Amino acid sequence: MALPSSLSDAAAPDAERLLGLYATMQRIRLFETLADEAHKAGQVASYIHLSIGQEAIAAAVGANLRKDDVLTSTHRGHGHTIAKGADPLAMFRELCGRAGGTCGGKGGSMHIADFAVGMLGANGVVAAGLPIAVGAAHAIALKGEDRIAVCFFGDGATNRGPFLEALNWAAAFRLPVLFVCEDNGYGATTRTGSVSAGGGPGSRAESLGIPVTVVDGNDLAAVDVVAAVLVRAVRDGGGPQFLHARTYRFRGHTSSDPATYRDAAEVQAQLASNDPIRRAAATLAELGVTPDVLERVERHEREALAAALATALDSPWPDLRTAFTDVQDIGAPQ
Amino acid sequence: MSRLTYREAARLALAHELAADPAVWTLGEDIGRGGVFGQYQGLQAEFGPSRVVDTPISEAAIMGGAVGAALLGTRPVVEMRFSDFALCAVDELVNQAAKARYMFGGQARVPLVVRQPVGLWSNSAAQHSQSLESWYVHIPGLVVLAPATPADNYGLLRAAIRSDDPVVHLEHKDLWSAEGEVPLDGEWEVPIGVARRVREGRDVTVVTWSGGVRIAEEAAAVAETQGVSLDILDLRSLWPWDRGAVLESVARTGRLLVVHEAVEVAGFGAEIAATVADALFGALKAPVRRLGAPRIPVPYSPALEPASRITAPAVAAAAAGLVSWRS
Repeated sequence: MALPSSLSDAAAPDAERLLGLYATMQRIRLFETLADEAHKAGQVASYIHLSIGQEAIAAAVGANLRKDDVLTSTHRGHGHTIAKGADPLAMFRELCGRAGGTCGGKGGSMHIADFAVGMLGANGVVAAGLPIAVGAAHAIALKGEDRIAVCFFGDGATNRGPFLEALNWAAAFRLPVLFVCEDNGYGATTRTGSVSAGGGPGSRAESLGIPVTVVDGNDLAAVDVVAAVLVRAVRDGGGPQFLHARTYRFRGHTSSDPATYRDAAEVQAQLASNDPIRRAAATLAELGVTPDVLERVERHEREALAAALATALDSPWPDLRTAFTDVQDIGAPQ
Repeated sequence: MSRLTYREAARLALAHELAADPAVWTLGEDIGRGGVFGQYQGLQAEFGPSRVVDTPISEAAIMGGAVGAALLGTRPVVEMRFSDFALCAVDELVNQAAKARYMFGGQARVPLVVRQPVGLWSNSAAQHSQSLESWYVHIPGLVVLAPATPADNYGLLRAAIRSDDPVVHLEHKDLWSAEGEVPLDGEWEVPIGVARRVREGRDVTVVTWSGGVRIAEEAAAVAETQGVSLDILDLRSLWPWDRGAVLESVARTGRLLVVHEAVEVAGFGAEIAATVADALFGALKAPVRRLGAPRIPVPYSPALEPASRITAPAVAAAAAGLVSWRS
């Protein structure tokens, strides 16, 4: 496979493309920052799980997918949903429990989904998205289509049985699925390495014969390069691929978790030198993009998202009668 | 009409739907060689290994994969081998299949059928004998079927595969060889949610399903010799269930006995009993009664397994007890 052994072997990143991915990262970061503020202001009913610090993976993988490709996500799914092209206004409405939300206010943050763009759902159960993505890939193969399925999951999910079952299934049937492990080092509040045996996520995939690519998940250009290669390989019928993307969760498990279980020096080091947005901005500066362009991108996203949140909070609540719809047709509630 | 076994009726129903709709496919352990009970015999040869898929022993992936495949518009028919093994896929069935349509605000449907062989059979002990229908009836989003005859297994399985809802289809292991007349012609199916009157009677309404139907029929013969006439309803479908038929019958007889092979505690009989007590309070001639298994894991030994069995004499005695109540 034509995978660069390091970023320096790859073609120089294209400034215009990277700027587009940078805008997606800013959209994700600002969406979640606003969502966090709305949560603290009591405008989001439940706790939410933020992916702040992990935006590069969502943005770069998402940019390499077609609209008709499908993906499943984790409980930390805002970024994946935005990167797949969902409307932030509908997402804000969903978080705020309003009519017009992506799921009509029935799912909330943890079940955010937008089937119109192939986003098959965030999931409240760790590792549950893996078999669903593999089943979607199985359906794609049955129909003889050239779509692919992408499955995002965290390092914590690799200790659950459905992870093993899904990877085995995908490899045994050579299905078009890209597994993306967002390894932020923590499963909820526990350091994943302290409860995981063996050589980590990649070694588990390799043991099943699935090719593994490790990438610095906070290096936007690097994730973009490997995602392009892996998506192409999967689409060309080569069977599943596994991307192990190392990253860091800048916030707690939920927006209300101060994450005091983490070493302060570790957090400070990550914040100081491993912010994927600042790193991308530095790369863009090296490519000659001026600071005012980056500021304009950020300002544009910030203003659009602030307006979307305001509109969401101004939107009506769903009609109580909708609580009784979409349960089932046969034997539906009266 | 053809005379078929319960097993063959189900096989033909699936074959019919596989032939009629390219979106239908079936997956499970060992089904290429016919399935544990021969209920898939010959289907892989007829439809190929990509429509009749032999899977690894991976219940979570079988069920979860079926959810993903259903979300993309296919109609998977999932085999769980024994209903007990479906417990390895509870998240995938209860949290995913049953909830996806609702959680996602109606953006997608999950038209899957999961076949779960239930009940006592061949001294199979505690992990191969359970009847867990009440677990699934408790879950919003699921349809739950429990056919007792070849015709119903044929007609309900066809209806299940055609339905856009996730369906739990419970087939009793002890009925695979039971024979009966099955109308195979055309698009015939059994409507979901409609009970079948097995037998007309005047004294006690017996409501049952699955393996309980034959026991109730035997009990009716015993009871008749004691001058007690049983009105037997086979629910066939547990969610939705035919409240109207049950209430009509109990309104006539004034007495209700629910019979099921599942553990009596928190079984589906409790739901029926509560419904009847609520709707017909005052019209009852005797308290509503349930007859289910004791709350013990099903034991292995031929000397012990009968402790978990519901028998015809026990049903007849319970019915007679209701008739003689307070008299």
